[in-house]
Amino acid sequence: MDTPANSRVGLSSLWRIRGYVTPHARGLVVSTVAALLATFTGVAVPILTRDLIDGPVRHGDRAALIPLGAAAVVFGLAEAVLVYLRRWTMAYSSLGLETDLRDDLYAHIQRLPVSFHDQWQSGQLLSRITSDLSQIRRFVGFGVVFLVVNGLTFLVVGGLLVAIYWPLGVLVVISAVPLGWVSLHYERRYKRQARQVQDQRGEVATNVEEAAVGVRTIRSFGRSRLVFGQFDAKARDLYTFSMAKVRTLAAVWALIEMHPQAVLGLIVLVGAVAVSGGAMTLGTLVAFVSLFLLMVWPIESLGWLLANAQEAISAADRIFEVFDTPPSIVDRPGATPQVDVRGELRLHRVGFTYPGGSHPVLHDVDLRIAPGETVALVGATGCGKTTLTTLVTRLYDVTAGRITIDGHDIRDLPLANLRQLVSTAFEDATLFSASVRENLTLGRPQATTEEIDEALGIAQADFVYELPWGVDTRIGEQGMTLSGGQRQRLALARAVLGRPRVLVLDDPLSALDVHTEGLVERALRRVLATTTALVVAHRPSTVLLADRVALLAGGTVTAVGTHHELLTNVPAYRDILSQESDLRQSERITPAGGGRR
Amino acid sequence: MTDVVVGGTGGTGDADRPDRPDRPDTADRSAPAGGIDSWRGVAAEDAEDIPDRIGIRLRARSRRLLGSLVRPHRRTLWYILAVVLVQNAAAMAGPFLVSVGIDQGIPALRHGDSAPLVAVVVAIVGCALTDAALRFRFLMRAGQVGQDVLLDLRRRVFNHFQRLPLAFHEKYTSGRVISRLTSDLDALTELLDSGLDGLITAVLSVVSIGVILLVLDLPLALVSLLSFPLLWRLMRWFRVHSVVAYRRTRETIALLIVQFVETLSGIRAVQAFRRERRNEEIFGVLNEDYRRANYRAMQLIAWFVPGVKLLGNLTTAAVLVYGGYRVLGGQMQVGVLAAFLLYLRRFFDPMQDLAIFYNSFQSAAAALEKLSGVLEETSTVPEPDDPTPLPEARGEVEFRAVTFGYADRVVLPDLSLRVPAAQAVALVGATGAGKSTLARLLARFYDPASGQVLLDGVDLRALSEDDLRRAVVMVTQENFLFTGTVADNIGFGRPGASRAEIEAAAAAIGAHEFITALPDGYDTDVRKRGGRLSAGQRQLVAFGRAFLADPAVLILDEATSSLDVPSERLVQRALRTILADRTALIIAHRLSTVEIADRVLVMEDGRLVEDGDPTALVAGTGRFATLHQAWRDSLV
Repeated sequence: MDTPANSRVGLSSLWRIRGYVTPHARGLVVSTVAALLATFTGVAVPILTRDLIDGPVRHGDRAALIPLGAAAVVFGLAEAVLVYLRRWTMAYSSLGLETDLRDDLYAHIQRLPVSFHDQWQSGQLLSRITSDLSQIRRFVGFGVVFLVVNGLTFLVVGGLLVAIYWPLGVLVVISAVPLGWVSLHYERRYKRQARQVQDQRGEVATNVEEAAVGVRTIRSFGRSRLVFGQFDAKARDLYTFSMAKVRTLAAVWALIEMHPQAVLGLIVLVGAVAVSGGAMTLGTLVAFVSLFLLMVWPIESLGWLLANAQEAISAADRIFEVFDTPPSIVDRPGATPQVDVRGELRLHRVGFTYPGGSHPVLHDVDLRIAPGETVALVGATGCGKTTLTTLVTRLYDVTAGRITIDGHDIRDLPLANLRQLVSTAFEDATLFSASVRENLTLGRPQATTEEIDEALGIAQADFVYELPWGVDTRIGEQGMTLSGGQRQRLALARAVLGRPRVLVLDDPLSALDVHTEGLVERALRRVLATTTALVVAHRPSTVLLADRVALLAGGTVTAVGTHHELLTNVPAYRDILSQESDLRQSERITPAGGGRR
Repeated sequence: MTDVVVGGTGGTGDADRPDRPDRPDTADRSAPAGGIDSWRGVAAEDAEDIPDRIGIRLRARSRRLLGSLVRPHRRTLWYILAVVLVQNAAAMAGPFLVSVGIDQGIPALRHGDSAPLVAVVVAIVGCALTDAALRFRFLMRAGQVGQDVLLDLRRRVFNHFQRLPLAFHEKYTSGRVISRLTSDLDALTELLDSGLDGLITAVLSVVSIGVILLVLDLPLALVSLLSFPLLWRLMRWFRVHSVVAYRRTRETIALLIVQFVETLSGIRAVQAFRRERRNEEIFGVLNEDYRRANYRAMQLIAWFVPGVKLLGNLTTAAVLVYGGYRVLGGQMQVGVLAAFLLYLRRFFDPMQDLAIFYNSFQSAAAALEKLSGVLEETSTVPEPDDPTPLPEARGEVEFRAVTFGYADRVVLPDLSLRVPAAQAVALVGATGAGKSTLARLLARFYDPASGQVLLDGVDLRALSEDDLRRAVVMVTQENFLFTGTVADNIGFGRPGASRAEIEAAAAAIGAHEFITALPDGYDTDVRKRGGRLSAGQRQLVAFGRAFLADPAVLILDEATSSLDVPSERLVQRALRTILADRTALIIAHRLSTVEIADRVLVMEDGRLVEDGDPTALVAGTGRFATLHQAWRDSLV
């Protein structure tokens, strides 16, 4: 981030934010002007002091004190009002900008394809949407304003000092140079160290998280000491890094403390000589000292403000990195929704390679599922079954071949239309920290209570009604904890809600106990009778939900037929689905002769 | 002068508290259906974590904790105090010396005597140097004590969590453990960062300036101090409101973060079920809430800071006029007036920080409160003071008249069971029959309410943690993989195991094949892309880990339920070898696992209702025979 080339790129990122600044430009301008005026009203007090000392005090003019005092009150009031105005407008507009950016970024991130999310850790995106955006807000509402204001203050006050008594003025202005330089230098170092501390805090947090989530495993194996050792090593590094930061800060503060004092000594020395020599009045000297103090903060803050700018630049870079990733799975131009769909699902020589992957996960997959038919997808662990299910709803797009519904390529359907027609129950039932109702309806908040009850009935998820607040009970990470079986039933209910034409179920019964499995199976059969379905199956009981079975091996469908056909004729199938003890049993079953196609 | 604190910490004067992702420990109070927030649903409130509003006084347990943390540093703290006092004196001398320079140096110089002026200038520079050197010293030592305390606390809490029983963790949840050790410690770090040192300096300067003013000129000082009651009221007002405001910002950002993270982790569901628009609505509302909360907090500062400034300015005006009169009347010198004005500025500036600092203090105090609460939790399964050594367990297990229950219900009314060494026992029964409880008692995740659980005739409560864990290992359905490679994760079973031993363990349970097929084989990072393992593969790794640990007693709690048939078959085969000379307690839904058992126990309502040889039971007409038949029927 420190190379000029990079920062130029960064500046352009920062420049791109202007679109978001425009609606709030007025507030920001007001803020800057108010800040400037506030600073300059601050100058009034030293000037008034000088006038007081050189005027009434010197001449013994009591009456002149009153107007001076009144002026001081007016200026003091004005300064306070201006500071309020600055802070108020700054808060309003910079927060507005931050909020707008965050809304847009969230909307964009949601629309990026699953393949994007595979590559990005949620923590990285989280820090973009929280700290990076705050960084930009701080810079726009504060950094920019004070870069302008402080620059001007330095020039004006410096100019005043030179104008008041030039030899001393020049000396004082020059004395600012080393302080500015040093503060800049330390600021850089501090920033580096702060980042290091931040990163290390993340490292420690990783260990903490693992120790918390994996506590059962750790305790089962009695490895508390081992885990503590790993944690402690990182915590010690954190300590070391933090101390480096402390040292830098201590040096900066010591310097900041010393500089004005030392310059004050210089001013007193030169000033006293000048006053006694008559080159300067006593009042002017006092004013000089006060004015000088006004200049201290702009100098000291320079390093901090520049660092702030730099951080904002890299924050903008990181944000636009995300904004610049186009959502690759979108509606094609001219995509027309299909309303009356029979539900014939066909896969034509479908192939899929993960982005950046070297070899295809799936290739030449041909499969036809007739309207209302249920096909089970069987294959060894890791053969691409789950991947195949994600292609049907276009969570990923096929990289070869095509998938059609009633003969329409799914890429020619609007996404919303497709995802309404096809519904999925994922193997890992994702629950959100929301009410059961919200978890079921997800994208369809208008779903009726009847529909919800029906879906819960099919999935045998009656347990929902026994939760403390029924369907309004919050579940998920921040709510009630549900068992694996309960989660799976909710995922199933979610999928069948609203009776989609095509159902894709990824091993929907795996976490259920024998008893519940039977119940769900029975209810599910009724739905599957009229719905086109692709069901990933690991167990014979799930396979039996299907009319036909497709065996996936080596990335493609190697056999299609009824369960019994395959069991009899395809050794690979037998190997996957039949338990050793059942081999004998299955041999006894007579082939179901031809099956139906 | 501007109203922002200078320096590297990043402008505490600005209204920005870092947006710390503080997990929401407290659920919101209620969300009746139908409102804008109804999507969130209703949940019970966590009563225990609440104290966010504490006031300046810490509770007794926090004070105790703080005391024990600080005690080792007592001497350093006295030293620091001495340093900061001298430093403060040096810093405060500046304006006074300026006044001396003006009032004595200049007249002397006019009479050709430069000595007083030179003396004053030397004193000023000397003070500046002393000030800087001592300030550095002070910041370093104070920072060190702060970091020492943090490290100490971090270790203590981590260790304590690791020592607390699983029963505690189940109630407390990992999310809260994590936020104790991250955001709460961050709150304390922030307190130190945002200038605990600054506070000390500010308090000292306010006090010493007050004194100096009184000494310099009593009447003028009294005029300045007139602003004090007003200032006090202003600070009180700010304190009271900002506590609420900042809590609100923390709550709103936490909700925003939850929404965001869950959107990401559930992106497949979000997209597949077209939740994007609904999510935008929800996120929009949360984002707006957060904006409002932030705006409110910034508003408070926007009133407070100019308020302090106004008081300062008015006081300055008053001092200017009244001081002018006194100088005119000859009761005071010009230099004193100048010094007065300089001191006044230094007096009011830290006031702004003082109030803003209060927020850091507030969240730090709340954090300390929660941490001390955790540290005062005692283990319900304490380690014995004088453990009975059991270096080489044979694996004979006995439950002797064991009763056990959770808070509201009895799970095991009275259970006695003997398992001879090296026997593999399958435990069968409906959900809630008490199978897992039995397993947990054997792993001593809980202690029985009455009766005894014995290993080789020794009560588990008399065994040291090390001996117990070496002898008894439990593998559950949730098999956690740690950051690192596959080999690391298997090696977790026995630290120090060689690569060959790890591979042998993997091979023994049939995991070698799939591991070598991973992108980097045994060195595949389990968290990185491409290294993500399926549920079945994770299970195999967990088995490898347990096998490597080589315990005398192995407990498998639903351990094979997420495996597909080929993997399960592999594991079945492996289990035969693993269990050969080991006592085993196997709990499984899938009865296939039962086939490798020497003995089957059927549990119902916490009682053992059938006990015998599997083949004999299958052949009989009891519960197990019925279950077994049902399972057979489900297979094909």
